[in-house]
Amino acid sequence: MGAVDIHAARVGQVWAVLAEVTDPELDEPMTELGFIEDVRLGDRGVVEVGFRLPTYWCSMNFAYLMADDIGRAVRGLAWVREVRPELRDHMSAEAVNEGVRKGLSFAEAFSEFAVDGTLDDLRETFRRKAFQRRQETMILALKGVGLAGEAIVGMTLGALEAVGLEDPGAVRARTRYRAILAERGLALAPADPAFVTLDGAAIAAEELRAHLQGLRSVRINMEANGALCRGLLEARYRDFDPASEEPTLADFMLDRVPPRAGAGL
Amino acid sequence: MYKTPTGEEVFVIDGHTHFWDGSPENQSNIHGKQFIECFYAYHTALSPKDQLWPKDQFEKYSAERMYNDLFVDGPDDMAIVQSTYLSEFYKTGFNTIERNAEMAKAYKNRFILNGAFDPRDGEKAIEYIHYMKETFGIKGVKLYTAEWKGSSRGWKLTDPAAYRCLELCQQLGITNIHVHKGPTIIPLDKDAFDVSDVDHVATDFQGLNFIVEHCGLPRLDDFCWIAVQETNVYGGLAVALPFIHSRPRYFAEVLSELLFWVGPDKILFGSDYAIWTPRWLVDRFWNFTIPEDIRAERGIEFTDEVKRKILGLNAARLYGIDVAAQKATLAGEAVAVAAE
Repeated sequence: MGAVDIHAARVGQVWAVLAEVTDPELDEPMTELGFIEDVRLGDRGVVEVGFRLPTYWCSMNFAYLMADDIGRAVRGLAWVREVRPELRDHMSAEAVNEGVRKGLSFAEAFSEFAVDGTLDDLRETFRRKAFQRRQETMILALKGVGLAGEAIVGMTLGALEAVGLEDPGAVRARTRYRAILAERGLALAPADPAFVTLDGAAIAAEELRAHLQGLRSVRINMEANGALCRGLLEARYRDFDPASEEPTLADFMLDRVPPRAGAGL
Repeated sequence: MYKTPTGEEVFVIDGHTHFWDGSPENQSNIHGKQFIECFYAYHTALSPKDQLWPKDQFEKYSAERMYNDLFVDGPDDMAIVQSTYLSEFYKTGFNTIERNAEMAKAYKNRFILNGAFDPRDGEKAIEYIHYMKETFGIKGVKLYTAEWKGSSRGWKLTDPAAYRCLELCQQLGITNIHVHKGPTIIPLDKDAFDVSDVDHVATDFQGLNFIVEHCGLPRLDDFCWIAVQETNVYGGLAVALPFIHSRPRYFAEVLSELLFWVGPDKILFGSDYAIWTPRWLVDRFWNFTIPEDIRAERGIEFTDEVKRKILGLNAARLYGIDVAAQKATLAGEAVAVAAE
């Protein structure tokens, strides 16, 4: 394998691990949201990852969390010695980039302000919401193939695995739901119940409707963010001439646009 | 006045409009530039293609254009014009009450002028509230809790200084407190969409109405919960409404949550002009149907009567507008203009 091949392979590896980094608030991969702009390899295992957010004002703690998550994910590759996430076009870009590079906590990086709560608290809040959203998507997918509520809440992980799903969206929903069940330690073995509350409690069939309403309101909130973020990013990074161009936002919002595979617009 | 496809007349009060100057000449710094660009991104992201404006027009538009877009080409009968200072970003402010008053002067009976204050100004804020009441007779204010000031990146309605201001508002009959709970300027690690401070002040100031602009999106669930418990909390539809174009099913879900929790008497239409123009919004809204599965899930109704309330009657009640009398006044003016 020549140097060029190794370089390309490594860039590909970085993109692959970045595909696992989500916007914490949206629970959607940063790569698919179009947040990751480019990946560059420096000397001796240095990796620079340029990223951008939908607005100049996006919350600094979210930005910090994402920069931090990029660092964690990319450092997981054996050949990586140093990761330099680089936030661009943001009111606090410098403080975020410098803080993450020096390994500072969020409170240290923004010591001029009174910061309460840690990023871990924030991360946990978002992971709980992500669990709820993934669970709703999974339940709706199962209802979509004709399963009744009673059958769904009584399902084990093994039984969930065995459901014949054809729709690629439903298959993906199952993979993501299983991953977050495992991440939170809620269901690991095939005999474990697959549908439990955030705290691991069973859901009775007669409670399912109310449970789903709760999940739905979580999704409605997250979707508002998702739709705005995608739309604003699209609007921000495309010189827009209303006289000559077709806006593609509707396509974006209706998921008619395939995920971005490369860097830059 | 909106005319329905079957020829009925619907009285419309646009609960959220702006007359701003975000032009490069007025920008003090990069933040001013980024702020108007962010607004423009909202505009381009959520508008139908045939409603898009060129950027320079969006940055600064004339009083005549605004009048035309709202009342001539648009269906509004009246509009609440909000004040937003952003004095750290713009040399003469973004849209001050003086600028709004100057614009509204030529169009009597059309605009309801709202003020703004910043409790961090201390005694000056108190004086300013008196000044706005005496000079402009305001009945409402728009508060922007995420506005920057010096090293402060925002404030809360529950701050002691804010309480003093709200007490004065209640005393002077400035009863409608519009609170911006939505995106754009985001404070440090406080949740910009946090609506919990509204809960406290709504309990403590029973003589005031709190209109949560943008329904606290994307903290709709928290907002709904507060609005259920507090009789004096309302939701403004600005920013949520344009989803009617780009994501109608999603809009139906948001609307049905609001109708279920907040109720049809406490939701206010607002275009957020000039981010969006009211003509297409009102037209889409009137002709909108909530899909049956979503409607049935919450057991709500979205009737013509509900639409009338949201489009104008609720705001008329909050601002003491006698709809029949106002219609007669505006009709009289239209005749006078036609005779000129």
